[in-house]
Amino acid sequence: MNSVEEIKQWYKAEWYKVAHVEDFPRNGGVCIKLDNLQIAVFNFTSRDQWYACQNLCPHKMQMILSRGMIGDKNGIPKVACPFHKKTFSLETGENLDGEDYKLTTFPVKVENQHVYVGLPA
Amino acid sequence: MTCKKSESGKTKKVIVVGNGMVGYKFCEKLRAKAGPDRLEITVYGEEPRPAYDRVHLSEYFNGKGSEDLMMAPRSWYEENEITLHMSQLVTHIDRENRCILTHKGNRDLYDKLILATGSRAFVPPIKGTEKEGVFVYRTIEDLQAIEQYGRKCKRAAVLGGGLLGLEAAKALMDMGLKASVIEFIPRLMPRQLDKNGAAILQHKLEKLGLEVYTGRQTEEITGNGSVKSLRFSDKTDLDVDMLVISAGIRPRDELAKACGLKTGERGGIIVDDCLKTSDENIYAIGESALHQNMIYGLVAPGYEMAEVAASQIVRERDKTFTGFDMSTKLKLIGVDVASFGNPFTKDHGIPIVYEDKLKGIYKKIVVSDDGKKLLGGMLVGDAESYNSLHQRFLNDIDCPENPEVLVLGARGDAAEGDGVENLPDEAQICSCENVSKGDIVGLIEDNELTELGEIRNETKACTGCGGCTPLVKDLLNHTLERLGKSVKKTLCEHFEYTRQELYSIIKVQNITTFDDLLDEYGKGDGCEVCKPAVASILASAWNDLVIKQDTIQDTNDRFLANIQRGGTYSVIPRVPGGEITPDKLIVIGEIAKKYGLYTKITGGQRIDMLGARVDQLPDIWQELVEAGFESGHAYGKALRTVKSCVGSTWCRYGLHDSVSFALRLEKRYRGLRAPHKLKGGVSGCIRECAEARGKDFGIIATEKGWNLYVGGNGGSKPQHAMLLASDIDEETCIRYLDRYLMFYIKTAEPLNRTSTWINKMDGGLDYLKTVIVDDSLGIGAGLEEEMQKLVDAYRCEWKEVVDNTDLQKKFRHFVNSDEPDPSLKFRDYRGQKVPDGWGS
Ligand code: SRM
Ligand SMILES: Cc1cc2nc3c(=O)[nH]c(=O)nc-3n(C[C@H](O)[C@H](O)[C@H](O)COP(=O)(O)OP(=O)(O)OC[C@H]3O[C@@H](n4cnc5c(N)ncnc54)[C@H](O)[C@@H]3O)c2cc1C
Ligand code: SF4
Ligand code: FES
Repeated sequence: MNSVEEIKQWYKAEWYKVAHVEDFPRNGGVCIKLDNLQIAVFNFTSRDQWYACQNLCPHKMQMILSRGMIGDKNGIPKVACPFHKKTFSLETGENLDGEDYKLTTFPVKVENQHVYVGLPA
Repeated sequence: MTCKKSESGKTKKVIVVGNGMVGYKFCEKLRAKAGPDRLEITVYGEEPRPAYDRVHLSEYFNGKGSEDLMMAPRSWYEENEITLHMSQLVTHIDRENRCILTHKGNRDLYDKLILATGSRAFVPPIKGTEKEGVFVYRTIEDLQAIEQYGRKCKRAAVLGGGLLGLEAAKALMDMGLKASVIEFIPRLMPRQLDKNGAAILQHKLEKLGLEVYTGRQTEEITGNGSVKSLRFSDKTDLDVDMLVISAGIRPRDELAKACGLKTGERGGIIVDDCLKTSDENIYAIGESALHQNMIYGLVAPGYEMAEVAASQIVRERDKTFTGFDMSTKLKLIGVDVASFGNPFTKDHGIPIVYEDKLKGIYKKIVVSDDGKKLLGGMLVGDAESYNSLHQRFLNDIDCPENPEVLVLGARGDAAEGDGVENLPDEAQICSCENVSKGDIVGLIEDNELTELGEIRNETKACTGCGGCTPLVKDLLNHTLERLGKSVKKTLCEHFEYTRQELYSIIKVQNITTFDDLLDEYGKGDGCEVCKPAVASILASAWNDLVIKQDTIQDTNDRFLANIQRGGTYSVIPRVPGGEITPDKLIVIGEIAKKYGLYTKITGGQRIDMLGARVDQLPDIWQELVEAGFESGHAYGKALRTVKSCVGSTWCRYGLHDSVSFALRLEKRYRGLRAPHKLKGGVSGCIRECAEARGKDFGIIATEKGWNLYVGGNGGSKPQHAMLLASDIDEETCIRYLDRYLMFYIKTAEPLNRTSTWINKMDGGLDYLKTVIVDDSLGIGAGLEEEMQKLVDAYRCEWKEVVDNTDLQKKFRHFVNSDEPDPSLKFRDYRGQKVPDGWGS
């Protein structure tokens, strides 16, 4: 189940239709463009979940996270940046190597085979 | 000569004569006890290089350079403020004025003088030893001369069938010579073995191709200028082109004698338990010292002497030298031989003997009359139990009730009380560096050490003769297990298996996807550690297209290109062997120009085009594929390049066509995925312009064929490749390479280069040789077959993408727009573009 915090965020979000589920690889991500925003969206097939976060890796400011590898650390879903393998929680955006920077995450929903990303309204 | 006396009283300056193994160890120990502010240390060495590891001298023939054998680099002496004079023979000692004189006429004053002059090879008074082609076996220069002279020889002999003689004989055989050993006494290794043990050893050596003549007295070395034959006292002749004399050693006491120090009747500088000579201010240590009528021709007692002398000089007066155990294990020859204690006890003690003539095993121990204590023993053909027996002997541990289990092995269970866990804490594990069991266990417990290398660094154990390495390993594993730490190298939290185990599972269970493997054998969702590791195993096992499972690949493999700063990629087409036509060069130039790519010649003899956007990659490759290029796998943990030199087609020194061979190899192994990247090189002669010995496999042309070297590496820890086989033809070379590479792929840990893999391997290069060359595991044919399958399954990854529109769709930045990434920024740099820093 989703946390209260998440439900609140979902409720407040403005939903954008961004892609078809077929556009996604299994257990991997793509990058979508919303105006000037780049967002990484992940099809986490092994958990039957979808996640989204900023595409910019805060370590060296690279527009890259959609090309990152996903997985889990002690059950927490995460993405690893292709450049230096810094890892981030896909739930909270927190850096899992104990460093200061973090990612903004966004809610995702799938309806009629279409993928929607929610931005703060 | 005149010298001024230095102020007497406090020791201020120590001079060491001789920079051999023991002289060096003395410097190390003395400096550790007294810093440069307390003591000045100056060393004079006759040899042209700093002290090196004489014990492992023979490895010079296996490709170890003189650098690798060095005990410490020159810089070590500087860092420790020790003045080192090389290539200077000390010729006189003026004891009255405490001054030495060198052959260059330099004088130097000392407060304390250490004679660590070692010994020289003994050359018996036989007619003809001055002839060309007669050598001794003691220094790097000796080995260089033997190697050089040996090139024009076919038959060689060694005079002397002791420990060293057999080692030398093995080296001669490795050089491809027909070798014989001649021993005056009627058996081999007379100091260590009895008649029966020696007979078994001789039989085994003969099977290895060594000719053995025992009970032969050599009367004359005949030949006109250079050696032609050996004439024995029974007037028979043995034809040889070369002779290596290894008939024992003589202490170098000439300097001591000349200045009136007491020396032994049969040589050696007489010392007391404090290692002092007959002069208050002069000590002697190592092979030149005669202690209680005994010369110790081994390194461990020499190191102990170094310790005692150093502690005497800084006045830690409690330490003395009271003799040393002379147990030894023969190395290198390919037959296990070891002896410890006194295995000849005739008048007291009871021998227990086990002999298996068929298998060539002979084990003998001598126990005290009451059966309680182990007094000595010898092992031939199987020396596995050497370490445990030796420890039992050294530590005076009681024998089990039926002492015969010590040689026979207990029926059923392993012999009780044999393992490291049963040794007392004081048990000495490393005799060269005097490290006890307690020292090592303490370090593991307190400092959380988990690797053999860490223990080596901390204690220096295993760095001398190396004989204790298996014991230290056992001790490490035991202690870790006892502490509840896992010793197993599992991949990560998702798989409780090592890479080698996963490789077998994948092969045996026919698993082809990461998801299937995770379902059956793993847990969780996987991560950035196990996904690429499994991807690499899958690729090695089946050579299927990596891009089919793109999301488990590291980004370079996912986009078949190397990611660069700013998020663009580089393109490196394969240029096998570095050979390229002008037309192809023009194509590369045109493509780079068209797509605005930065170009650079790589260190791997090919051309890199950098700065391609992800969406441009398929188009660029389409043009390259059409012009006949293939993927260069610069992005993969796969075969990169096989570098070549120009070779015999053009080069005036070239022996064979190195370019053609490199091309052939690069084409054979192109695309081969491995635990880490793989590189090769082929040079047309010993000048080695292709730097082949810096590669995972390196091949160098010889007069008779090719030498194959393995395990080389550039990078941050450079290492030269080591000789695996010499003078082989191309087909044999490829067969060995198939086996070597496949064995590596199957057994290495993830991201270990071949060098690391071999360094970690039990038995190291010697073991690898038996597996690859002797096929000791009987897997040679299987490995070759597996490799052939991979070779046959090769397809160019980029050609597949260029031919497949579905795959091309993966190459775009946005999924909902065809726009390229607007955040990319470049700047101009010497007329080309480069990324503008690390992004915004
Ligand atoms: C392009 C090139 C430099 C050049 O412009 O010359 C290069 C570039 C990189 N090297 Fe290299 N190496 C290149 C030749 C070498 C060589 C020289 C050679 O191959 O003869 C060496 C030393 C030899 C060796 O490998 O033993 C070399 C030793 C390394 C190492 C250290 C490996 C080691 O075992 O210690 C790394 C790091 C690694 O692989 O983990 C590395 C890693 C890299 C990476 C892949 C780092 C990375 O992951 O981004 C660099 C990629 C830049 C890029 O994206 O293009 N590169 N690299 C060379 C490509 C050769 C080719 O044609 O494929
Ligand atoms: C091939 C080989 C294999 C061996 N294998 C083993 C083994 O497996 N196990 C083992 O324990 N031992 C082994 N040994 C023996 C071991 O190498 C010696 O015990 C050890 O090197 C002795 O050290 P040292 O310093 O006393 O003498 P050395 O290492 O001989 O050093 C003496 C140095 O002093 C120099 N010197 C002499 N006189 C002068 C002078 N007047 N002025 C300046 N310099 C001078 C010499 O040139 C030499 O460099 C082996 C030896 C050889 C040759
Ligand atoms: S290695 Fe030898 S054959 Fe090759 S180019 Fe250099 S000199 Fe010529
Ligand atoms: S840029 Fe992402 S980890 Fe360094």
